Amino acid sequence: MTEKLPSRGEQSYLPDPAARARRRKRRMLLDRLAGYGMAVGGVSVIVAILLIFFYLLYEVAPLLESASLAPVSRYAAPGGVAGSDDATLDLILDEQVEMAARYTASGRVVFFNPENGAVHSETLLPLAPGITIVSHARGAPHSNVLAFGLSDGKVLVARQRFSVAYPDNRRVVTPRLDFPLGEAPLPLFDDGAPVRLLAVQAAGDTGGALLVGWAEGRQVSLVRFRREESFLGEETELKREQRLLPIQMDAPQFLLLDMEMRTLYVADGGGELENYDVADLVQAGLRQRIALLRQDQRLTALSFLSGEISLVAGDSGGGLTQWFPVRDEHGTPLLTRIRAFDGLTGPVTALITEEQRKGFVAVDEQGTLGVFHATAHQTLLTHALGVPPTGRLALAPRANALLVEDRTGQIHFQRLTNAHPEASWSALWGKVWYESYPGPDYVWQSSSASNDFEAKFSLVPLSYGTLKAALYALLVSMPLAILGAVYTAYFMAPALRQVVKPAVEIMGALPSVILGFLAGLWLAPALEKYLSGVFCMLLVLPLGCVAFAWFWHKLPKRFQSRLPEGWQPLVMVPVVLALTWLSLALNHPVEDALFGGDIRNWLVNEMHVGYDQRNAIVVGLAMGFAVIPTIFSIAEDAVFGVPKHLTLGSLALGATPWQTMTRVVLLTASPGIFSAVMIGMGRAVGETMIVLMATGNTPTTDFSPFQGMRTLAANIAVEMPESAVGSTHFRVLILAALVLFGFTFLFNTVAEVVRHRLRQRYSSL
Amino acid sequence: MRISEWFRSGTPWVWLSASAVAANVFLVASLLVVLVWQGFGHFWPHPVLDVTLPAEGGRVIGEPSQSETVPVGRLRSLGLPVPEGRDMVERQLLKVGNRDLLGSDFRWLMADDLQGARYPSDLAVMERREWGNFYGFVRAVKQEGQVVAEGDAVAAAVAERLERALAIHEEIRHTEKDEIGAINYGLERLRLRGRRLELDKDADPAKREAIEAERKALQAEYAGLQQKLVDLYGQIRRDALLVEVSSGQQVEVPLQKIVRVYYPNAMGLSGKLAFYFGKLGEFVADEPREANTEGGIFPAIFGTVLMVFIMTLLVAPFGVIAAVYLREYAHQGALTQLIRIAVNNLAGVPSIVYGVFGLGFFVYFLGGHLDRIFFPEALPAPTFGTPGLIWASLTLAILTVPVVIVSTEEGLTRIPRMIREGSLALGATKWETLWRTVLPMSSPAIMTGLILAIARAAGEVAPLMLVGVVKLAPSLPLDGNAPFIHLERKFMHLGFHIYDVGFQSPNVEAARPLVYATALLLVLVILALNLVAITIRNRLRERFRAEES
Repeated sequence: MTEKLPSRGEQSYLPDPAARARRRKRRMLLDRLAGYGMAVGGVSVIVAILLIFFYLLYEVAPLLESASLAPVSRYAAPGGVAGSDDATLDLILDEQVEMAARYTASGRVVFFNPENGAVHSETLLPLAPGITIVSHARGAPHSNVLAFGLSDGKVLVARQRFSVAYPDNRRVVTPRLDFPLGEAPLPLFDDGAPVRLLAVQAAGDTGGALLVGWAEGRQVSLVRFRREESFLGEETELKREQRLLPIQMDAPQFLLLDMEMRTLYVADGGGELENYDVADLVQAGLRQRIALLRQDQRLTALSFLSGEISLVAGDSGGGLTQWFPVRDEHGTPLLTRIRAFDGLTGPVTALITEEQRKGFVAVDEQGTLGVFHATAHQTLLTHALGVPPTGRLALAPRANALLVEDRTGQIHFQRLTNAHPEASWSALWGKVWYESYPGPDYVWQSSSASNDFEAKFSLVPLSYGTLKAALYALLVSMPLAILGAVYTAYFMAPALRQVVKPAVEIMGALPSVILGFLAGLWLAPALEKYLSGVFCMLLVLPLGCVAFAWFWHKLPKRFQSRLPEGWQPLVMVPVVLALTWLSLALNHPVEDALFGGDIRNWLVNEMHVGYDQRNAIVVGLAMGFAVIPTIFSIAEDAVFGVPKHLTLGSLALGATPWQTMTRVVLLTASPGIFSAVMIGMGRAVGETMIVLMATGNTPTTDFSPFQGMRTLAANIAVEMPESAVGSTHFRVLILAALVLFGFTFLFNTVAEVVRHRLRQRYSSL
Repeated sequence: MRISEWFRSGTPWVWLSASAVAANVFLVASLLVVLVWQGFGHFWPHPVLDVTLPAEGGRVIGEPSQSETVPVGRLRSLGLPVPEGRDMVERQLLKVGNRDLLGSDFRWLMADDLQGARYPSDLAVMERREWGNFYGFVRAVKQEGQVVAEGDAVAAAVAERLERALAIHEEIRHTEKDEIGAINYGLERLRLRGRRLELDKDADPAKREAIEAERKALQAEYAGLQQKLVDLYGQIRRDALLVEVSSGQQVEVPLQKIVRVYYPNAMGLSGKLAFYFGKLGEFVADEPREANTEGGIFPAIFGTVLMVFIMTLLVAPFGVIAAVYLREYAHQGALTQLIRIAVNNLAGVPSIVYGVFGLGFFVYFLGGHLDRIFFPEALPAPTFGTPGLIWASLTLAILTVPVVIVSTEEGLTRIPRMIREGSLALGATKWETLWRTVLPMSSPAIMTGLILAIARAAGEVAPLMLVGVVKLAPSLPLDGNAPFIHLERKFMHLGFHIYDVGFQSPNVEAARPLVYATALLLVLVILALNLVAITIRNRLRERFRAEES
């Protein structure tokens, strides 16, 4: 640093070497930093955009995961008194899996911690001395109702809930047991015969309850209790209405009443089942008698699925079958076998169904536990318990935990992971027979107003709609775009081409929301009014144009020579305008002559096709408009790129321009045109707003041009904001996005590869 | 030449393809014409007619909006009386307004019945804040129930008093939205600060007292404003108009509900022009009224512009960096080629897929985590874990970044090799070559890419429906409350406005002209952006053609 500075004139103007070295160092450093910065930035941007694909996969993956079961603990049945033989009647788990209840044959109720079996509290059912419990039943899950059939022909109805409170910001779960119909048991059989079989349903807090019981040698007794305000004061009194229903079997084993209190099923061990209509007690009667099983099997378990429409029957051969009522030609709902599940081998000892989904858990005598989903027709899991179970099971309301009691009096507590049982390949892409449907079908219906509703996730109608929309769009755009591209690239005067090409490309920049809006609000009503005219256009426009060309050809030469070669479109614009006007003017005459004055009526009455105002034609026209620029631009490039010596050679050999066009140019450029169509298809498949606005968005699987459709993209736009994160619906929508992504990526890649090859071919020619 | 020969020569097909071009051009033109016609026509003051219908049809006052010629059969099937002996009849749709009295805004009349229509010059149209337009004759002006002007004095009195009412209304709006809005915002911040202290287990009483003191101050201020509002409301309620409607009944219309009173039949051309531009100005600069079916679209314009602006800030540097990396730094092997094809293809992936990604990844995943780390005091109410401006901008940035990359790369490849080599030969480092020569030379290409990206982003709606657009945002994402720009807020958007008002609005018929106008505005913006991009591209090509030769 003490170096003398070089004085002017005798040495260089450059800074001294040290400063230069510093400067150079700084420059090199900057260069290297820039290199690193670019690499990091560039790679991260590329990773970010490629992340889309992996994110979609990551969100979809859980759909494919199977269920899993993790044993947590096992303990002796809580509240058991050593030496006594107080068998478990029923086990119940609360929603948060923090508390469980065990009901015993002697009327004790033990609340315990399901994790470790520690007893929380114990209480007794209010039974008179000497009276024992001979049967019990549970109502629909959300009603929390339990009923106990007693040895004196009476029934005790209890309601058991778990209430959650937050004193001092801590969760405290307290079990609550009350008796909505009073602590005194209610008579079911007046003669005091012990209630061997029992079914119960209760409607809400104030509504009534229906008890159904059977006692040996007696008819089935149906008793409806209704709480009514008495005339005096606050007191309410219980109204009782009884009906004795004769049944045809001697030894019924199962008695099931649905939550609507409309249907009663009675089944015996041989698998005979009787289906009674009990909607009206007075007119209750047999609807159907059916054998659930083959001759050599015994019926060992029978239970409702969630929603209490379907039945699941388990037999002594380990077979499980789902049944639900399907209306016959008279409209009578008859129980029908829908599907069977395998996975269990021994006699099914118990069945327990999920509260919110159509899933169920079954155990067989050999100690195998199976987790199933009915609608998806899936056996999600089989698990060997190692010990034969007693048939007492509890499934948490969210189906995430399970209590199983085994023959040694031990209770096994297991955690169940089963996030998306309803999504299986067959449910998403195959025909599925849903409850209350006349037969298997492709259905997309993700939400509904009613509470116990099963979401139906068939991607088939949506994919179908997507392809339908794209197809109609291509039908409109392909002829216009390709013919236009051929003319623009090959015949058109260069000066005109410089205007036309950007004009059509600008058409591609129009936001699809505007096209959709015009299609929905302007085109759809107009089309409805001028439908016959539009059909005329299909005929009038091409014929009229050719006729005009002939007329032009016949004109004196001096007229023809006024129009330089390659400017024909200029003449054609007014012709097209006039022909369009002519077609629309023909609307009423044609409608009167061919369709009896109203084409919509004619379609409905004569052709039996419905007419939606926002239909596939509207979508085809609007989306065709959106796709034309894409196809036009790429096809035009391909045709324009055909080497000139090929065409000149052909013309020199005496071919007319059009012959050269079809035999030389189109042949050479066809891969380019193909890729243009592919890219256009990709755009049409993914277009959202046009379809959303120009159709009625009904998922259908018909190809009628007069009906709407619902596409994958529009469906995502409509339903995605409302779907709960992580739910099956959410993941299926993401799967739909992935399918779209796949569709378009495939089309674009194919197009890109084809175009790449074409470029190489042109350069080699 | 015989016709079969003529066909064999292929000439008709040439003509047919020429007509395909003509049809394409015709389609574009007719679309623009429809938009311009319907969009610009809306603000023109149409004459209002007053007609007494024959045969006890009553009297109708209304603005003719559209007419159609329909077959008699269709009307008969609707159960309407039709004249005998004709196949087709013409009918006219009238906007009759007065929705609170008549139930619906529109009424169809047979063209024949309109023969005797008159256009009285004192027929007034009142635009109201609620219930749409009101048509009738202003007979008197009332102040606190007392008639203060009648007859010829009415017009002047209406103008003068309306001006006063509008001024008070503006004052009320300012007080409610800006002043009270700021107080509410402050109170919410205080609540969150308090909650934060609780979460941090910070028991410092001084901090709590400070919050409490601030809250007291704000509440006192609030009480004052509340009083002011009560006064203002009292003042604005003073005047009312006594209007005679089509039934002959006289109805009192409070002046506080009225935005504008005009007499379309009395207007000359200059008056109409002034009215037209006034309405156009209102449309561009005002806030929407009546569930977006009346008033202006300023928040939508503002939201669109701000969103696109933030997107550009994100997409410009990253897109250019990625392109420069791919072209100048990355090893030009098969992998790079593969990535290039993938990026190219991503430009063709449906926008809704990006929307799904934006919602799932940005909003729920990133936003959810941000909330847990930085805004635990607001939970369970999400701050960033819900659709908002920043996520919309980010999603559109990801959507448009391939466009910028492709365009920039194209620009970079067009730069002649010798320029790079010349710079390197003179001793410049790679970075200096890039920064001083290559990037400036490719700047037109970068600009083209950016403009195309902006044009695409401005017109894109589907992904935005998932990541942050709402039909009516309570406040703009930019306001006077610190930190001034609120990236987490939801916003309004022109494209979504079109969809929402055109398809989700309860009164589509009345809202339709406004949607056309909005659509036209959007189209104009996007066409302008595209034209600029095309011009730049052409200039660029010519410039390099000159340099290459």
